[in-house]
Amino acid sequence: MAELLLDVNNLVTKFKTADGKLSAVRGVSFSVNKGETVCIVGESGCGKSITSLSIMNLLPNNGEISEGSVRFLGQELTKMRQDELRKLRGNKMAMIFQEPMTALNPVFTVGFQIREPLKIHKRLSQREAHRKGIELLKQVGIPYPEKRMSQYSHELSGGMRQRVMIAIALACRPSLLIADEPTTALDVTIQAQILDLIDDLKEELGMGVIMVTHDMGVVAEVADRVMVMYAGEKIEEADVESLFSNPQHPYTKGLLKSVPNVDDRNHQLEAIPGTLPNLNEVITGCRFHNRCEFATEKCRTQSPKTFTVNDEHTVRCWLQEVEQHDESAATASSNQ
Amino acid sequence: MMNLQQPLLQINNVKKYYPIKGGILQRVQGHVKAVEDVTIDVYEGETLGIVGESGCGKSTFGRAVLRLEPLTEGSIVFKGQEIGTLSDRKLKAFKREMQMIFQDPYASLNPRQRVGDALEEAFIIHTSLSKKERKEKVLNLLDEVGLKAEHYDRYPHEFSGGQRQRIGIARAISLNPSFIVCDEAVSALDVSVQAQVIKLLKDLQEKHQLTYMFISHDLGVVRHISDRVLVMYLGNTAELAPADRIYDNPLHPYTKALLSAIPRPVPGRKRNRVKLEGDLPNPANPPKGCSFHTRCPLATVRCKEERPIWREVEENHFVACHEV
Ligand SMILES: Nc1ncnc2c1ncn2[C@@H]1O[C@H](COP(=O)(O)OP(=O)(O)OP(=O)(O)O)[C@@H](O)[C@H]1O
Ligand SMILES: Nc1ncnc2c1ncn2[C@@H]1O[C@H](COP(=O)(O)OP(=O)(O)OP(=O)(O)O)[C@@H](O)[C@H]1O
Ligand code: SF4
Ligand SMILES: [Mg+2]
Ligand SMILES: [Mg+2]
Repeated sequence: MAELLLDVNNLVTKFKTADGKLSAVRGVSFSVNKGETVCIVGESGCGKSITSLSIMNLLPNNGEISEGSVRFLGQELTKMRQDELRKLRGNKMAMIFQEPMTALNPVFTVGFQIREPLKIHKRLSQREAHRKGIELLKQVGIPYPEKRMSQYSHELSGGMRQRVMIAIALACRPSLLIADEPTTALDVTIQAQILDLIDDLKEELGMGVIMVTHDMGVVAEVADRVMVMYAGEKIEEADVESLFSNPQHPYTKGLLKSVPNVDDRNHQLEAIPGTLPNLNEVITGCRFHNRCEFATEKCRTQSPKTFTVNDEHTVRCWLQEVEQHDESAATASSNQ
Repeated sequence: MMNLQQPLLQINNVKKYYPIKGGILQRVQGHVKAVEDVTIDVYEGETLGIVGESGCGKSTFGRAVLRLEPLTEGSIVFKGQEIGTLSDRKLKAFKREMQMIFQDPYASLNPRQRVGDALEEAFIIHTSLSKKERKEKVLNLLDEVGLKAEHYDRYPHEFSGGQRQRIGIARAISLNPSFIVCDEAVSALDVSVQAQVIKLLKDLQEKHQLTYMFISHDLGVVRHISDRVLVMYLGNTAELAPADRIYDNPLHPYTKALLSAIPRPVPGRKRNRVKLEGDLPNPANPPKGCSFHTRCPLATVRCKEERPIWREVEENHFVACHEV
């Protein structure tokens, strides 16, 4: 039986800006079970990172969770005190950030940054932490780890910085790992090695993983479930097979068509026309309607409800109404 | 598209070493051989893809070619002029023509500067346009990279990672350069925006006859955008060929391993991955012989001793491996 690890319910995250309070995450709900990987995909700016940062309670200064709940191992995180949260972060829950340079501290050595969480959360001595740190760097495929411990982040290549951050995140063997584009700066052989490592920890510790990635190849390989976001909302969620073989939302379909095919140079990339709306744009009806080739009058005025495609597959799009209506009409007539 | 008669850049035996300091006195104890020995011509109007393991020296090579840092050794001829040894002052005229789009957009933007002002800077330094004309230029640039006029007054932290990368592209193309090194330029973008930006880069290339050096880990994108692909390993060139040839008929064992590890967007399909065993070499003390021999499934005694030469095995297809 699947054991619930994280339960996000109706999460709304807003930013204070010159244009007033704007929502970046609009009522998103999802859950992660122990030992499960949920991938979040969606256009740049749709709110993937802000959703992740909301869970970790690491929002930028002008951001706040204004509604909803985030329950982790039965505890409500949105109401937790900062000092209690600090005990969880880097220990029971860890995050790999999208931009390693912002997460690594330029004035401390790699060694210092990897030893600290081990000393604080796992109460290791300086020497034990040092040894453990070297072992972790080795696990994430960093050559010559002893030397790297005394280097600073600017002396490392992009991919090495990313791996250092992964090593720090995995140091305390967390129950929940949030990985925001963890392998974008890595070549595919190292990427495969890191994904294997995350997979091992999943097996071994029952670690749950939220992975934000735009690499649909990685999604296909690691995800159990996939959640697609658009303009702050969850628009589709499905098990990985269903999402790839039977995508329902016009945005998801477009997304899958814009993946470059390595096996065919002449494969035509189909970009989804238009751009994601700004946070301050007021949009009626479906938030995708002005870019959607199937939009109807209803789409322009009413926000779509969530339709169930099958047990594990839901989608927010009015086209379902027509389809499900047709289907029930078909079953009705065949029953006669 | 590719003009084989006219190399825009002739890069010969370029080396870039970084000193390793250590001890209490911070004495130089050795060198990281980030770029060991690279020779290649880059043709006008082409896109040269560069792939290879993380840390193999791609970014360093890109920076070296743009002369953002002094070379340790070697020569670079740009439009007939040797720039490898040019002083910083003389270099200024060339720098305008050669731009870079960085891997980490956040690191290259000043957090306290509005995006509009950041983009305006280049026009202040390099042109004599009026304030009003400059603003117009910046608004055009924002539009060209798919951003909106209201983004002019925003700060970098108010953008998503992908949006910031568009700002980087806008900045790189602002002075109409002829050569751009794109270092992981579309890696931060989700696929749907990536497809738009790739199209944007291609359109800009056609419109302004741009030459690109396109560094990326995304082998699908590289195949899509490149005319030729260079595979690097530990500061050396391993293989170079027209894009289709590399993907359909890779010769170097490292290239083969790399291509076999590409995750395909098909759930449930197990990859037939060539796992690279063996020690990752240390770039401060690279292995003797072929730099790949410690991990190569085909390595022989000869590979441990003798460094393979860079040779043309068929027309336009170069490789450095004893076993090919
Ligand atoms: N500090 C901030 N103040 C105001 N708006 C912000 C702030 N940080 C992010 N945003 C906005 O919130 C939205 C969601 O951003 P987020 O970083 O979550 O996008 P993302 O889905 O992770 O995109 P990417 O794939 O590019 O990383 C974007 O429109 C972004 O501009
Ligand atoms: N400023 C520096 N000082 C010391 N060493 C450096 C410096 N910059 C790069 N290096 C080293 O040079 C080597 C090559 O780094 P480079 O950034 O060129 O790799 P890369 O191929 O771009 O990797 P990635 O794919 O991870 O971005 C690495 O071993 C790196 O640690
Ligand atoms: S609800 Fe309408 S506009 Fe929205 S995605 Fe579906 S068809 Fe398109
Ligand atoms: Mg993000
Ligand atoms: Mg790099």
